[in-house]
Amino acid sequence: MVEQAISHHEAEANDRVMFGFWIYLMTDLLMFAVLFAVYAVLHRNTVGGESGHELFSLPLALSGTLLLLTSSFTVGIAMIAARRGNKTQTLLWFGVTFALGLAFLCLELWEFSTLIGEGQTMQTNAFLSSFFVLLGTHGLHIIFGLLWMGITMGYIIKRGLNSNMLRKLAMLSLFWHFLDIVWIFIFTIVYLGAFV
Amino acid sequence: MAVNRKNRLKPGWIGLLVLTGLVDLGLLIAYLIQGKNIALFNPKGVIAHEQFSLMMFVSAVLFAVAIPVIFILFFTAWKYRESNTKAKHVPDSRHSKLFVLSLWLFPTAIMLVLASVMWPATHRLAPQKSIDSSVKPITIQVITLRWKWLFLYPEQGIATVNFVQIPVNTPVKFEMTADETPMSSFWIPNLGGQLYAMTSHVNRLNLMADTTGDYPGSTPEINGAGFAGMKFTARVSSDKDFKQWVQTVGQSESNLDTATYGELLLPSQNNKVALYSAFDDSLYDNVIMKYNGSMEGHGHHE
Amino acid sequence: MKELLVGKLTWDSLPHEWTTIGGTFTIILTGIILSVVLTRTKRWKWLWKEWLTSVDPKKIGIMYFIAGGVMLLRGGLDALMIWLQQALSSGDSQGYLSAQHFQEIFTAHGNIMVFFVAMAFIFGLINYIVPLQIGARDLASPLMNTLGFWLFIGGIIMVNMFFVFGGEYAATGWLAVAPLSGKEFSPGVGVDYWIWSLMISGVGTTLGAINFIMTILKMRAPGMTLFKMPLFTWGSLCSMMMAVTVFPLLTATLFLVYFDRALGTHFFTTIGGGDPMMYTNLIWMWGHPEVYVLILPAFGVFSEVVSTFSRKSIASYKSAVFGMIGVSAFALSVWLHHFFTMGAGADVNAFFGVMTMVIAIPTSVLVFNWIATMYKGRIRFETPMLWFLGFVAVFAIGGISGVMLAVPPINFQMHNSLFLVAHFHSTVIGGVLFGVFCALSYWFPKFTGFRLNERLGRYAFWCWIVGFCMSFIPMYVLGFMGASRRLNHYDSSTGWQPLFILMLIGGIVIAVGVALQLAQILASFIQKKRLLDTTGGDPWDGRSLEWSTPSPPPFYNFVTIPKITSSDAYWEMKKQILPKRSYEDIHMPKSTGVGIYISIFATLASFAFVWDIIWLIVVSLIAIIVIFVIRGFSEDSEYIIPAHEVQRLEEARIAKAPIATNAHENNSSEEDMGLRELIMVVYRFVMDIIKNKRWKKW
Repeated sequence: MVEQAISHHEAEANDRVMFGFWIYLMTDLLMFAVLFAVYAVLHRNTVGGESGHELFSLPLALSGTLLLLTSSFTVGIAMIAARRGNKTQTLLWFGVTFALGLAFLCLELWEFSTLIGEGQTMQTNAFLSSFFVLLGTHGLHIIFGLLWMGITMGYIIKRGLNSNMLRKLAMLSLFWHFLDIVWIFIFTIVYLGAFV
Repeated sequence: MAVNRKNRLKPGWIGLLVLTGLVDLGLLIAYLIQGKNIALFNPKGVIAHEQFSLMMFVSAVLFAVAIPVIFILFFTAWKYRESNTKAKHVPDSRHSKLFVLSLWLFPTAIMLVLASVMWPATHRLAPQKSIDSSVKPITIQVITLRWKWLFLYPEQGIATVNFVQIPVNTPVKFEMTADETPMSSFWIPNLGGQLYAMTSHVNRLNLMADTTGDYPGSTPEINGAGFAGMKFTARVSSDKDFKQWVQTVGQSESNLDTATYGELLLPSQNNKVALYSAFDDSLYDNVIMKYNGSMEGHGHHE
Repeated sequence: MKELLVGKLTWDSLPHEWTTIGGTFTIILTGIILSVVLTRTKRWKWLWKEWLTSVDPKKIGIMYFIAGGVMLLRGGLDALMIWLQQALSSGDSQGYLSAQHFQEIFTAHGNIMVFFVAMAFIFGLINYIVPLQIGARDLASPLMNTLGFWLFIGGIIMVNMFFVFGGEYAATGWLAVAPLSGKEFSPGVGVDYWIWSLMISGVGTTLGAINFIMTILKMRAPGMTLFKMPLFTWGSLCSMMMAVTVFPLLTATLFLVYFDRALGTHFFTTIGGGDPMMYTNLIWMWGHPEVYVLILPAFGVFSEVVSTFSRKSIASYKSAVFGMIGVSAFALSVWLHHFFTMGAGADVNAFFGVMTMVIAIPTSVLVFNWIATMYKGRIRFETPMLWFLGFVAVFAIGGISGVMLAVPPINFQMHNSLFLVAHFHSTVIGGVLFGVFCALSYWFPKFTGFRLNERLGRYAFWCWIVGFCMSFIPMYVLGFMGASRRLNHYDSSTGWQPLFILMLIGGIVIAVGVALQLAQILASFIQKKRLLDTTGGDPWDGRSLEWSTPSPPPFYNFVTIPKITSSDAYWEMKKQILPKRSYEDIHMPKSTGVGIYISIFATLASFAFVWDIIWLIVVSLIAIIVIFVIRGFSEDSEYIIPAHEVQRLEEARIAKAPIATNAHENNSSEEDMGLRELIMVVYRFVMDIIKNKRWKKW
């Protein structure tokens, strides 16, 4: 068990850092809130162009959603393994999460390139501007998350699991879950919303 | 850490000095603005009159509350000053619940009074609301350009730049939009409040003048380098003079054709007044459609 | 090829107009003088180790004050330029500034005063005082503290960068309304500088706000429940809660403006489906709470000063707390009152008008609370109390004009007029700035160990009051006369010129007041020994915990974290006999340059974004990530001072401390140094240097 011999001082510090990280996540959520509000206001402004109904592929979006949801599940397993001190299992499940996240990213990039290939770029109209920026911001966060994950896995290999590492893993998994939740909103409001 | 105060003025004298200074300042300002158009206190239109009354009422209530409170605050500070050994000193008082309650109830009551006046007044004085009158209203379309005002009279078939003439005691519906110009604001302070003029939107402002005269108009909202020069004159004349003026302009040689409008679209500052005898009927709608095509379901503000 | 290397930069980007060259020279000259002084006194290493990389919130606080003070002078100079232009440009005269330049000046004035003066002083105060008030040794995250500070400095650099590259700033007003701030109407780099200076300092503020909330909620001394915290801490908490909520909105909105300008998107454009009105909504959703972020700590300061200088506990602690919470809660629901005139229907306008009036309620409660505190108190009128009285007078006018503006039909006649400008200057100067002056004169003895020269402080105060009245009462009148804001020229027939001249004179009086404040600081340092605080850190007979520490406090703040039993914690402690001092190990964070390094690259990235230098963007962003990763995975950020070392430090400090004499002995024979005396001292000093050729020694 990793969580045994931490001093009172360290436990307090852990608590503080987690609390601060939660607040940071809320600020990130607020930024997304702006992007959602902007999308809500602008998504009908296509200047006579095609709307989401014509452009989006629901199967593609659904696949992406399933990939991310599964990755949230696997990151949860990874955290359980980490708390048990099982280095191999932790690395394995973070690896799976990484792969799923990467697959999601590829799907999204593929969707973007298809749209751009059809001449539907962020410069075309306000609807597409808000679509690309909302999803692009989420995608950027995923990229950061994957980067963070990869580097963390490197450090686990090098230094193993101690209480410091556990705290960092907690933040990483929290970040990953947060991205998943934001995606659920995107899927509902952007994709499902286009077909209602 | 007491500091010697032998050579300083007593607080009472300071208070007197401050008051004298303020009164002097007030007198100086009053002297400097003699005979000038203090537009907000000089209402020449139905809306402006009501806005003025509202302003007087609200400030009366606020001053009636604020001045005694400020006075009490300074008086308390003076009475319980350290050198006044006659005043009672209670170092750690705990105030009653009644005191705390009144602390909150008093400002709430004042704000309720103000809000109860403000809510109906806002509805009554909404710019989009037509003015009650037996006289038939006239419509004037306004297109803000960089950096001048274009007025179109669809019913009379004439157009003007930086000058608008309206008949007295007649409701006027100003319908404003903009072309290749950032947000501007249409304001004739003597007649009423302002309203924004923006591309792809039509904002409606209803005014009615009750005194003849020339009144300044401008845009309080900054819209670029030439913004300070974007002024116009609003002339309120008798109905007879208005009809006369419309006829004169209708005989002017200049015509607001596409080429002329194209020139007006180009940025220019401090434009002189221009009068046009005719303009293309579809000009205003075209200007809105130019941007309106970009927004489905947008365009008019009710 | 050249574009790949330097983006949009050209030789033309270097300053070549007389209007900007003045600023360029000042910056370069200051840089040279500072470098020479540091080299001659061999203080580069000391500066780096002791100040720049420090994570001590006391040191960071002082640095915020210095930065804010310098920017106050810069913003004040802008104000003088505005006053002068408007006093001159009537009728045939166009003044001495072009319309474009004038518009850039008032935009810069607004941005600098709000972001780089007011926020700076507030952050400095919270940094220094809040840990002391809650019995903590440091903030929750020392790293975020230094990072937030250096990002703020990056913002200052970016807002002044146009003096070196570009020659133009935004000419759109301090909030750069769309579509005026779009590429079509503002094609130059000015608005880009606006975007990026606010972007980095905004991120710094968000980090700072998170840090302060973490600290206040998680690091209070044992026994200090939320309802035993001092009122300045409460004001700071409410303020930072609002900041953390709304600064992300600003960051997101700034990105959208940037995308419109750089990538051709259509968020706020007039064509392509964009909606400029949405920008107005978004920017004011940030903008309104921002001004309450500024005022709430000031309210906290005033509560403490009134209580201390009346020698009485605050009349109703709970009302003060709920008053501040009420203000911050409602601040998030009033943003539309900034654009009643944009054409919303009567229902919408009336709703926001009512909500705006609702905020006046908790604000009034705070004022009544202060009156009740003074009632039956025993009031002293040193400088902090003077600033409080000045605040009451000026802020009241601001409040009254604010409620008037909250009524939509009245607002239609006053929006964007000089009445509006007078209103917000009354509240910001009267509330925030006077609050800062009050706080600085109140806590100056804590920062330095000696108090400020009272005499010059009084002169400065009266200059500010007189100058303010002369400058802003005519402004209200001009508003009634239908004068709009931001005008670089007006007709002589309006009759406005005499009032503008009066305003200029008022502005000069304020400038004299500022000069006197600088003189006050100088005179205080000169007479340090005479003004020494011999009470062991409690010159005002204070009530909260910061007064229990020596002045200035040791870098670890407290030897042992005290146990709290009531609000006005120190007041209670003074009544009891304290237990004998025991020493224990103290954990302290190490200094770090990470904040500086990241900010350097953040500033470089911002510069690169402004000028489209793609490779620099990529390199800077990668560098930031790398630094973060290295620091994130380092395990070596703290060190421990063993108990015996703490004891040694304490004993050394006590040995050096000024002997506590009878406090009245010191100053009863004469007044503090006056202006004439100060000028004589400076003159003799300069003459001494010249006569004895002391400059040869340097």
